[in-house]
Amino acid sequence: MNYLFYISSIVAIAATVMVITRHQPVHALLYLVVSFLGVAMIFLSLGAPFVATLEIILYAGAIIVLFIFVVMMLNLGRESAIQERQWMQPKTWIGPSILTAILLGELLVLLTMGGSAPMPQQTVDLKKIPLSLYGEYVIAVELTGFLLMAGIVGAAHIGRHKKKYLHRFLKQEEEAV
Amino acid sequence: MQHVWIVLGVLFVLLNIAAGLIWVERRMLAMWQDRLGPNRAGPLGILIVLADTLKLFFKEDWIPPFADKWVFIVAPAVVVGSVLMSFVIIPFTPQIIVSDLNVGILFFLAMSSLGVYSIVLGGWASNNKYSLLGAMRGASQMIAYEVFMGLSLMGVVMLTGSFKLGDIVNAQKDMWFVVKQPLGLILFFIAGIAETHRLPFDIPEAESELVAGYHSEYSGMKFGMFFIGEYLGITLISAVTVAMFFGGWLGWSFLPPWAWFFLKTFVFILFFILLRASLPRPRYDQLMETGWKILLPLALANLMITGAVALLVRG
Repeated sequence: MNYLFYISSIVAIAATVMVITRHQPVHALLYLVVSFLGVAMIFLSLGAPFVATLEIILYAGAIIVLFIFVVMMLNLGRESAIQERQWMQPKTWIGPSILTAILLGELLVLLTMGGSAPMPQQTVDLKKIPLSLYGEYVIAVELTGFLLMAGIVGAAHIGRHKKKYLHRFLKQEEEAV
Repeated sequence: MQHVWIVLGVLFVLLNIAAGLIWVERRMLAMWQDRLGPNRAGPLGILIVLADTLKLFFKEDWIPPFADKWVFIVAPAVVVGSVLMSFVIIPFTPQIIVSDLNVGILFFLAMSSLGVYSIVLGGWASNNKYSLLGAMRGASQMIAYEVFMGLSLMGVVMLTGSFKLGDIVNAQKDMWFVVKQPLGLILFFIAGIAETHRLPFDIPEAESELVAGYHSEYSGMKFGMFFIGEYLGITLISAVTVAMFFGGWLGWSFLPPWAWFFLKTFVFILFFILLRASLPRPRYDQLMETGWKILLPLALANLMITGAVALLVRG
């Protein structure tokens, strides 16, 4: 089972690297989908099928579709790809890469020292998840609900149409009523 | 070894059904519209399947120079792949099932949500205004209808207490779930038609306004993949409907279980074709409005009432 974990991790990491380096936004989003599928496989190999399917349904199946939808609407052409290429200069990515390389080094040192216990592999059955969500973590769930509600109210407010009258007669008619 | 045989057998049967549906659909449409339909090649015209397939194989497989080549090629593979993956959880009989996952229904929903990509990517990669319009319609339609597709199935899941399709079929020994969940069935079927973008909900490819929508630029076997994907989608939705609401393989003992499953599934496939023969296409905004303002609240109400009743009966 460990092999499956490592293979899917490598796929996920490689796909994520491709997400960052693609110039064409839709290609980047496609690799992001692959990366989510890889993460879902990681969850599956760790014995959490429920989280894995939710990862696919929510992230790969809904959120990224919306991203692609927006990118399609924006109709980004060749200019944006050129702009992306200009932004991918070494001077922009070299700083953060050095810092993350240091963190990665630390992580490797910790892993090779073997100080931490390996992750327990156990199957989390479906019942445990809702029970802990609506029992132990109920406040977190409700707060997330508040946050989402605020988001929806904001979106509804921004998306509200101003009423347009195609003809002044129609306006007068409505005002008369 | 047995698993390999099951997988190969299921694949063989499904692809043949998808091809055979070309003939079934054209003959049935003709019957319902007072025509004859294809009746020349072979007995009752059944060799039209062969002729159509050969034609698709030998047509020039044209990739437009303005298209995004790799995405253009991947898109038709996604639709067939995702639909075929969904068949993993379909219990044809207690023995013939590729894998009775304990997240069965969720797996089906996950795969059908990935199917959206074929439309979106195909339309985008074609680099054609009609295709793009079709792709945008398809994406918004499928996202809107996916939401209550999942919710409409949750009533059955609540009554069974399991996501496994095998358990769900076994729970219908005394009474099919269509009796307890009629609203769930109607909502699921409407969502299923929208998911497979079949008529009357074929708005992403509405030929009277968008040429052929997201697959305008496709030709040859790539177009054939979209075609097969659509027929496989019909078969999948019919099979899930049968397993969830009509007792799957259960039936009287004079027929074997697999025959019951195929018989019931075939009835729903015919119903899909009858819908195509009889209903006009709604306008795009009407479709979205019914989805969000009528069907989604109905699905939520169904879920709430089912939950309340289940609690009362058990409690």
